Amino acid sequence: MENVLSRHRNLSVLAAVLVAQVLGLAIQIRSTNPEQTRLIRIWAISAVTPIERLIVHSQGGLYGIWHNYLYLRGVRQENRDLKAEIERLRLQQVRLNEDASQARRLQVLLGFRERYSIQTLPAQVIGSGGSEQSRVVYLDKGGKDGLKPQMAVITSSGVVGKILQVYSSTAQVLLINDQSSGLGAILESSHTSGSDTSNNQAPNSQALNNQAPNSQAPNPQIPTPQQGRVHGIVSGSPAGETMLEKVLLGEDVQPGDRVLTSGGDGIFPKGLPVGTVIKVSQADSFLKIRLHPSADLSRLEEVLVIMKLEDVAPPATDVAGSQRAVDVLAARLPGVPAKTDLSQETPDGQKKPDTTAAPAPDSVPAPTGPQNASSSRPQNSGPLPVPEAQHGKTLKPEIFKPAAAVANPAGNGPQ
Amino acid sequence: MRLSQTSPEQVEVYRFNWLVASLVPALAIFFQAFIPVRLHFVSIFDFPLLVTIFFGVARRNPVSGLFTGCIIGLVQDSLTHHPLGVYGIAKTVVGFGASSLGAKLDVENAASRFLVTYGFYLLHQFLYFSVQRVLVREMMNWSWSHELLAGLANALAAVVLFALLDRFKQRI
Repeated sequence: MENVLSRHRNLSVLAAVLVAQVLGLAIQIRSTNPEQTRLIRIWAISAVTPIERLIVHSQGGLYGIWHNYLYLRGVRQENRDLKAEIERLRLQQVRLNEDASQARRLQVLLGFRERYSIQTLPAQVIGSGGSEQSRVVYLDKGGKDGLKPQMAVITSSGVVGKILQVYSSTAQVLLINDQSSGLGAILESSHTSGSDTSNNQAPNSQALNNQAPNSQAPNPQIPTPQQGRVHGIVSGSPAGETMLEKVLLGEDVQPGDRVLTSGGDGIFPKGLPVGTVIKVSQADSFLKIRLHPSADLSRLEEVLVIMKLEDVAPPATDVAGSQRAVDVLAARLPGVPAKTDLSQETPDGQKKPDTTAAPAPDSVPAPTGPQNASSSRPQNSGPLPVPEAQHGKTLKPEIFKPAAAVANPAGNGPQ
Repeated sequence: MRLSQTSPEQVEVYRFNWLVASLVPALAIFFQAFIPVRLHFVSIFDFPLLVTIFFGVARRNPVSGLFTGCIIGLVQDSLTHHPLGVYGIAKTVVGFGASSLGAKLDVENAASRFLVTYGFYLLHQFLYFSVQRVLVREMMNWSWSHELLAGLANALAAVVLFALLDRFKQRI
């Protein structure tokens, strides 16, 4: 035996080293504790990341000196442009504030709770995993800065990934295009076949506002409660492409559709941009959907780590406003009877005979509950969802009073 | 092209200063981790593999070659989120193969270096994918076009890199 070993010394050493590594690999795979190899990883990362950090920060310093003190060409013009942009954004903000406050009121009424990111920490990407098969990057912040595993990492453009391992002064982030990554996602808009997908506006109250009165055709951008939005899981392919998986064949997904976080994974808050559909093909019983990630994953420099997520309901004080959200919504929906019934007017403003026989607000009997409320609504009124059925909340009966009567008790009719 | 078989007496064996022997692999791993963040296309190169092949061929000692490959591979593994040993196993075999080949063939000129690196790159990728699929049970797709092109890029890079590293060789 000794002779054989000494004669084939090189091969014996090779076999021993390989067997040792295979055994080590087997132990790591069988074990559920990732801390086993932590020490070796810490050594390697501690050797590499300080140099990376030094280079990145000194590079940033030189860039800052050049751009902030030396290269100031065109700054005056840029300043003027930015001022104009601020004015435009201020106007936009006024409109969005109105929409947001309405949404908050609706959320309170529906008992809606959502996860909001309330604290973020900016971090610099200083290195990568150094492998095409392991799509991870390292940040210049770590446990000392309060980072923890499973925290979400984003940029201003969209989702980047989640923190996998945390070391004292660095953290490993698994990118969303790694094949072991998984992220709950939804399509921003569900649409019927052939609908225009170029309009990627969020399905908010603005979209509701744009509905023509008495229009029975559903807005393709607004999924009905029955229709729902398409859910899937965003993961990476072995080639590093970002894919939307687990979407059934029957779903209508088209190139150009935007994909957002669903919030269902408990890591990312709902509604962050993930990417845009660029290719849809069929594979087995699921669709094979390729995405163009919103964040440029191949050129990551600065990212934001979401440090704190909180389940918060919108402040209840918002509900105590002068007008209730349900009333606002009801006023915007078609077919709500009022003193001056819109349904009796033709598009050119002429009155037409009342065929629906909707009662005037002051003749509506006070409903005793949701059943009565829904039965008292005219047949041609839009599909106003009944919160009680979906959320089990007890709502006051007056909520179901005709909107015009509540919003305008003087009885002047909607303007 | 000179890719002739030589007797052990004809083959020149080199050694390296300990600083070079430790700093060059460390720099290779550092570049592999750092540069792709700024220049994404650089991730196609496997600098630690090229260094493993270079030291293996130059030293012509299979045991030293396999340990060089093993250590470089394990350090590379520790920067990824995969279990330790995937790159370790692949680079151990490549280190052993390169030094065994170096002991038998003269691989000092550019053309032979290109061919040897091309072959070892494909072997390395095959081993890596095999370990990932069979032992780690992770789904990996083999793309011939990608691997052949990456092999070409690495072989070309090896010709330049080996010429630079030749300056650190010390004849025994």
